[in-house]
Amino acid sequence: MSNRTKKGLSALDNRTLKKTLTGITGLDEITEGGLPAGRPTLVCGGTGCGKTLLSLEFLVKGATLYNEPGVFMAFEEKAAELTTNVASLGFDLEKLQKSKMIKLDYVHIDRSEVEETGEYDLGGLFIRLGHAIDSIGAKRVVLDTIENIFSGLNNQGILRAEIRRLFQWLKDKKVTTIITGEQGNETLTRHGLEEYVSDCVILLDHRIKNQISTRILRIVKYRGSIHGTNEYPFLIDADGISVLPITSIRLDSKVSSKRVPTGIRALDTMLGGEGFFRGSSILVSGTAGTGKTSLAAYFVNEACNRGERCIFFAFEESPYQIIRNMKSIGIDMEDHVKNGLLHFHASRPYLYGLEMQLVEIHKIIQKVKPTTIVLDPITNLANAGSVSEVKSMLIRLIDFLQGKGVTVMFTALTLSTGTSEQTDEGVSSIVDAWLLLRDIESNGERNRGIYIMKSRGMRHSNQVREFLIRDTGLDLVDVYLGPEGVLFGSARETQQLSEAAVVAVRTNDSSRRNREIGRKQKVLASKIETLQEEFESAKEELSRASTEEELRKDIFEKDRQTISKKRSEANKQVKPGNKR
Amino acid sequence: MKQAGDKFVLQLYVAGNTPKSTVALKNLNKYCEQYLKGRYKIEVIDLLLKPQLAEGEQIFAIPTLVKKVPKPIMKIIGDLSNEQRVLVGLNITPIQK
Repeated sequence: MSNRTKKGLSALDNRTLKKTLTGITGLDEITEGGLPAGRPTLVCGGTGCGKTLLSLEFLVKGATLYNEPGVFMAFEEKAAELTTNVASLGFDLEKLQKSKMIKLDYVHIDRSEVEETGEYDLGGLFIRLGHAIDSIGAKRVVLDTIENIFSGLNNQGILRAEIRRLFQWLKDKKVTTIITGEQGNETLTRHGLEEYVSDCVILLDHRIKNQISTRILRIVKYRGSIHGTNEYPFLIDADGISVLPITSIRLDSKVSSKRVPTGIRALDTMLGGEGFFRGSSILVSGTAGTGKTSLAAYFVNEACNRGERCIFFAFEESPYQIIRNMKSIGIDMEDHVKNGLLHFHASRPYLYGLEMQLVEIHKIIQKVKPTTIVLDPITNLANAGSVSEVKSMLIRLIDFLQGKGVTVMFTALTLSTGTSEQTDEGVSSIVDAWLLLRDIESNGERNRGIYIMKSRGMRHSNQVREFLIRDTGLDLVDVYLGPEGVLFGSARETQQLSEAAVVAVRTNDSSRRNREIGRKQKVLASKIETLQEEFESAKEELSRASTEEELRKDIFEKDRQTISKKRSEANKQVKPGNKR
Repeated sequence: MKQAGDKFVLQLYVAGNTPKSTVALKNLNKYCEQYLKGRYKIEVIDLLLKPQLAEGEQIFAIPTLVKKVPKPIMKIIGDLSNEQRVLVGLNITPIQK
């Protein structure tokens, strides 16, 4: 029983469609594994939409990444032209041809050189293609643009039959083929090639909105496979094509509970003492000149100091401008740039469309692999699209970044302080933390205030702090909270000074009293001494008198004894005399 | 007849012995005998045996007749059943019968 189930499953596995990875960034995600293996795929679109490039990249990536040789049969461009044209994209066709990984064959059909008489078939083409495939063992084939045959030859009936036969033949050859076709008026291709290619059809488009062109890729059809059906923006740049698979991003990214300091200790303190969560999204909004860029630069600088890679996407200033300006507040970003930790990417948002911008950001992030990025400011993105478009782009960006665990700081300009709580491109609800920088105007001066509107998942201060930008750097100070209310700037300083004066006076008073006491003590002490001395002398006097008395008494006693002795002696002498 | 001295070098590209090829060769022989007697050379090339030649000569259809000499090089595809077109393609003015 279980055996049978297993058998059934493996049979099912065999029956599911095998796919060939294209190696084109993003396309394999949308198609969930690439193009149908061993079958033809039609790539159609208007002039200059990137058909040739896409198909050529399919071959080059196949040759370089998956070791699958490929044949490129060109009906439009000569082999030499093609080689030159794609050299700018870093595809070295010459080398690949020499190493027999790619074979270019240019089919030249010129009506003026050809006469048609009677029945024929395209056997020559089959033989050429077959020979090319066999000579390098090709697994991939591109026919670019086979419809050119129709303009070179007259007999449509033969051509249609032959093209149908060609596709079948390619299937039998088990090569994965891309056939390109120019878009027609009502149909996908001018000559209805889509009738013959029933497995996979990819439509490329080139759309212009607000004078900004965006390249779009859509999978019209993919028989026997799940695929994304949306329009996906794609980008052609120095590395070839990259498609952005937006909807393949799900809300299941892992989160980190590690914290990253902001570079401003007082701000860390406001954020529960440790800073933001790693991989979180932070919005810094404020009116012009409130120090958003400075704050962002500090954040990035701090990350670089920890040895982490960062990207600063500047939409307003050039990197040199930012580096120069930040030197004035005590941070030198130049070293980080030199060390390769800090990457600047400066562009005007209207250079690309929004989607392009997103693709570009994706690409750079994937290349640099940063831990922290800054977008400064996202407000300018609205130049390239509407607010809702910006919001949807930012949501996708945040999702992408969270998946990668990248901390992102957006700065946003708010136009008037009155509505600052609700603007910000509508992203305030999707960010994890929101710092608000405010201009506080009072007593003829403007001061900067900072407070945390929200910070998910951590205890944070509810207080407004004064945000100071000094030569030495950024700092936060507690605002003055007193009977007069909350005071900022010089009002705060005045208040602090006057308080200091009161304290000084008070200290002065008490020290004077202390001195008085000291003096009194001294006076009293000397008085006590005098009295003591008087007492001593009186005591001496008295004792002297009593001693004298004593002496006198003694002497007197002695005298009396002496006298009485003498008298008794005298009596003895007198007695005999009296007897005579 | 003009250009009496010109010699014609003709190559007929075929892929195996298909009916179309046979017809083409038959037609070609007929025209040559008729218009170019004694100053033509026909070379039949079977691409199944020498597929590498197809690319160099820009052959895509079968059968293809290539007029190598005299210049300009001209290609005539098909079974050569339309005599007028073949003669135009070979740049031969037919003799008025």
